[in-house]
Amino acid sequence: MTVQSSTRPEVAPGHRRGGSTPPTEPQRSKGVLGRLDIKYSPYLYIAPFFVVFGIFGLWPLIYTLRMSLYDWDLGSTVETAKFVGFDNFAMFLGDSDFWNSVVNTIAMFLMSTIPQLILALILANALNKRLRGRTLLRMGVLIPNITSVAAVSIVFTQLYNRDFGLINWVLGLFGVDAIDWTARSWSSWVAISSMVDWRWTGYNALIFLAAMQSIPRDIYESASIDGASGWRQFWTMTVPMLRPTIIFVTIISTIGGLQLYGEPLLFTGGGNPLLGGSDRQSQTVTMFLMEQFYMKFELGRAATVAWLLFILIMIFSIINFLFTRSLRSADGKVKQKKGASR
Amino acid sequence: MTATAVRTGTTPAPAPKRRRRKGGGAAERLWQASPLTYVTLLAAVALSMFPLYYMFVIATRTNDAIGQTPPPVTPGGEIGGNVDRLLGNESAAFMTGLVNSAIVATVVTVFVVFFSSLAGFAFAKLRFKGRNGMMLAILITMMVPTQLGIVPLYQMMYEWDLHNKLPSIILPFLVSGFGVFMMRQYASQAVPDELIEAARMDGCSTFRTYWNVVLPGLRPAIAVLGLFTFMEQWNSFLWPQIALGDPTNPTVQLSLQRLSQGYYNDYSQVFAGTLLSVVPLLVIFIIFGRQIIGGIMEGAVKA
Repeated sequence: MTVQSSTRPEVAPGHRRGGSTPPTEPQRSKGVLGRLDIKYSPYLYIAPFFVVFGIFGLWPLIYTLRMSLYDWDLGSTVETAKFVGFDNFAMFLGDSDFWNSVVNTIAMFLMSTIPQLILALILANALNKRLRGRTLLRMGVLIPNITSVAAVSIVFTQLYNRDFGLINWVLGLFGVDAIDWTARSWSSWVAISSMVDWRWTGYNALIFLAAMQSIPRDIYESASIDGASGWRQFWTMTVPMLRPTIIFVTIISTIGGLQLYGEPLLFTGGGNPLLGGSDRQSQTVTMFLMEQFYMKFELGRAATVAWLLFILIMIFSIINFLFTRSLRSADGKVKQKKGASR
Repeated sequence: MTATAVRTGTTPAPAPKRRRRKGGGAAERLWQASPLTYVTLLAAVALSMFPLYYMFVIATRTNDAIGQTPPPVTPGGEIGGNVDRLLGNESAAFMTGLVNSAIVATVVTVFVVFFSSLAGFAFAKLRFKGRNGMMLAILITMMVPTQLGIVPLYQMMYEWDLHNKLPSIILPFLVSGFGVFMMRQYASQAVPDELIEAARMDGCSTFRTYWNVVLPGLRPAIAVLGLFTFMEQWNSFLWPQIALGDPTNPTVQLSLQRLSQGYYNDYSQVFAGTLLSVVPLLVIFIIFGRQIIGGIMEGAVKA
């Protein structure tokens, strides 16, 4: 290979950066077949993605919008379903059960995401030190992430069991009466959020850690000379410098967190878990969607809920983006400091 | 970096030495792990491990032991009996679930790796019209919650007579926007353009270039993408629950759900199932942990 490439004219330095610049066209033609190959084969190679995504991803999503405008049940087809316009949307916007599921979802999303991100930042900061047993510690905090939602939920549901769960037993040692965690909204929010936190904190910590490692260390040195404490450096330098990563992680957590389904479903148990308990105390929007779809066979309405959830996700992604963007001002300060140290 | 430079440069006169220690020492101390750091991390690891350990404890106990006060925190010797009850439980179809999940996760992984590396190679190394626009389209698909299309997707599977059959949970996942993106990033860095050109000068078709030159160079990224895909498919829940309504043909997660909801008074059986469902992934994690961590961290930097 080396011999080969040395016979080629020198590649311009710009081309060596990889990624953005493809290799130059070959200078010798290799017949019609070769030229066809070079010209059209890339489309063939990327086609599987677009074909499969188009059929199983995009089309259903668009068709969901169409179904949401119909009174569409299990046996309906495009011909038999009745067009109802935005009636389904109007109905749900006035439905307290729907709003209950929205409140539950947002509460659990906030209760899981905020502590999760803070803990992940702290954990990442700790992992960023010079450590013995580095790989083992990283594996140790990542291990919850490989556990499935079903397994996590089963174990935690047992830990939160009212009569012989470990958590109530520990609380009992401090004189707290046994809590029936599934009985109320707030207590099921706590329990379900803790499952999500357990599963995702370590994963997010590793993402933050990666970003922290790309921060040049000399800026910390100059800050230390200026007398800034480690804790202050963490909040005024590290966190602002991680802004893009924090935005990335919050948006990913938003998309995932607002679609919360498996954990509350398995935590609820009982006769009809899709309802999230007798008072719908832990029913999320996705569970509400499944109630329309799988219990009531109201496919049009289920599609409507899917779009309402989509809108909710969009709203939260934008709020998150605007919120995390406000970290920018602090970022500017760090850049100044960095310039001064040089 | 700075710290090591300071540490090695400590030979000359005492005066500059002290000054250096003052400046460099503070920075040095920043990266030193204090006892508090270790306490924090060990506590985090303990909290991460405990539920898994507890799963093991309950899976190896009798149901009577679980109801005791204080609750058991050490393993017992009942795992055999619990697993026997689990495997004999026809309504949970646990073995079918394990086999189905293994098939689905393997097939999806092979296709995702193949399609992603092929498309990633095209985006990174081939020149064609609309390249940037199409890559952007793929990035956008990563932000779209396609899960929300489940209602028409179910109808589609029903019409094609695929519901209750494994293809219904395989077909929609054969490609991955994340996978294409990851492979493109990796290919553009790890595979030199010169190598591609050399292969082309030798008369290799683009596919042979991909197969003989690019694919071997992508091996580390393939390992990571493959592991992630496998774990994701093994753990997938919502769509299989819809598509595989037939209780005799579940995935492992669905048998777990059925167990936990139908046999909540036989915890040790449920936990034996939970344990068995986690073991394959634990084994993968222990063998490939380093690569998995590397993959998450590299992905984070590039994204």
